[in-house]
Amino acid sequence: MADVVTKATRESFGEALCELAKENDRIVVLDADLAGATKTSIFQKAYPDRFFDCGIAEGNMMSIAAGLSTCGKIPVAASFAMFATGRAYEQIRNSIGYPNLNVKIAGSHAGISTGEDGATHQCLEDVALMRTIPGMTVLCPADHYEMLAATKAAIEHVGPVYIRLGRLAIDSFNDPATYKFELGKGITMHEGNEITVIATGLVVNEARKAVETLEKEGHSVRLINIHTIKPIDRDIVIKAANETGRIITIEEHNVIGGLGDAVCDVVTSECPVPVRKVGVYDRFGYSGPAWELLEKFGLTETGIAEVIREELAKK
Amino acid sequence: MQTTEKRQLQILATKARLGAVIGTFNAKSGHPGGSLSAADIMTYLYFKEMNVDPANPSDADRDRFVLSKGHCCPSLYAVLALKGFFEWEELYKLRHVGAMLQGHPDMKGTPGIDMSTGSLGQGVSAACGMALAGKFDKKDYRVYAILGDGECEEGQVWEAAMFAAHNKLDNLVVIVDQNGLQIDGPVCEVCGIEPLDKKFESFGFNVVKIDGHNFDEIEAAFENAKSVKGKPTAILAKTVKGKGVSFMEDKVDWHGKGPNKAEFEMASEELNAEIARLEGEC
Repeated sequence: MADVVTKATRESFGEALCELAKENDRIVVLDADLAGATKTSIFQKAYPDRFFDCGIAEGNMMSIAAGLSTCGKIPVAASFAMFATGRAYEQIRNSIGYPNLNVKIAGSHAGISTGEDGATHQCLEDVALMRTIPGMTVLCPADHYEMLAATKAAIEHVGPVYIRLGRLAIDSFNDPATYKFELGKGITMHEGNEITVIATGLVVNEARKAVETLEKEGHSVRLINIHTIKPIDRDIVIKAANETGRIITIEEHNVIGGLGDAVCDVVTSECPVPVRKVGVYDRFGYSGPAWELLEKFGLTETGIAEVIREELAKK
Repeated sequence: MQTTEKRQLQILATKARLGAVIGTFNAKSGHPGGSLSAADIMTYLYFKEMNVDPANPSDADRDRFVLSKGHCCPSLYAVLALKGFFEWEELYKLRHVGAMLQGHPDMKGTPGIDMSTGSLGQGVSAACGMALAGKFDKKDYRVYAILGDGECEEGQVWEAAMFAAHNKLDNLVVIVDQNGLQIDGPVCEVCGIEPLDKKFESFGFNVVKIDGHNFDEIEAAFENAKSVKGKPTAILAKTVKGKGVSFMEDKVDWHGKGPNKAEFEMASEELNAEIARLEGEC
């Protein structure tokens, strides 16, 4: 196992873009006055002539990205998830989604782990919004190594992609020597037959620790990491439902429209089993240090372990 | 401009108007008013100004056109058909189920459409992206975008204007089809946009004001745009909504409805007579 890297996925994303740009001169990056925060500043520093700051005008930025892509560029348009997918939703839908243009949209500061900035900046709806656009691929990587691989896959994929980035520095858990990213394929991180936990993004590592705890308590818990929320890996979900009979989904997002709903879409039609959706329950966040908020919202190891125990007791 | 050339352009523009009327009649819907007001400018662009090849509609070096006021596509479709991008007969199926010609431009399905538009304000930004790519790649192509005057109420138009001037996109020409009317009434009554020339000037544009139905003035404006370096150009074209069909002219009512059979026949008769008259002058 490689050394643990503690890094925010936004930073891994910025580094990945730089690396990919060496080999691919079609990549250009746009930001809306948040380059320092989204970490596209890393790219800006390395490739100043391929970086365009659009100023605080996210809708304009998305349509400009659309125009650039019609001329063969691979534009990466970054902002906070709230403004990229919320403010500019309609530009993404009509100027990028409808013509199925090859634009990559990066939404940083997603989830309540954005922390002190509070509710206006803690985007809990981005996955839901982007999932509704036909042809949009939705990625939510969980650690440094997964973000490097996901960014590469996003650039290589022809078509619109939304990629969710976090602000908070988190520990890596994947081993780069063995880690394999395949777009649209979930990863079974831990086998188990009593119940399945399906997580995405920052909370995957918390779920991993919770599953280890439950294992020590004598339970057999399956853990699946879904980095591609759309298109979702139907096979891995169906298999988990059939083999374990009960599912818990965990995400740092509103339980409406996110990973939980994507899993339920598969389960309800193919293999009905109880699904408990853990996330933010149709409410706004509030200010506070990231880890304190994650704890309050039940999205850390302890909270997740408790939910697994509750669900196991129902079996 | 030579008289013969002008007549030819006028004939094509009148045929484009006829195509827009055919389309909106057969669709029993659509936007004839703004289609007719912008017909002369679109005709000039495709038959005089732009470097485009119907046999190679995705040529990387071609000039680009974005109809930011996407609802006025009936006359754009007619111009594209006249130019040879697709068959004229397609106009009869406009807005029908399974038809190529959608209610608003679809770049994926229609040859010659460079950008899908319909949601106001977005096309002009996409045009900025195309112009930026041209600058970046050191290509000579130019990018043209037609906006409605009502569309200038969209904040995104001004975000795009700031971006275009900041990035010195002198390969971009924005044309505002100033027919003075929008769905809810006269633009000046709904939410006034004037002084539009001063607005564009203060945003860093080279501004030219013309009569949008006068080919000499249209030509001079586009030539002027090519001569100005370091800044984008805005051509503010004063036009008449419904131009060329007398009962539609300057009537807000004709913003967004198709003509009925009697109206269609009247409009066709008038436009065909005009085509015959112009052809007689050639």
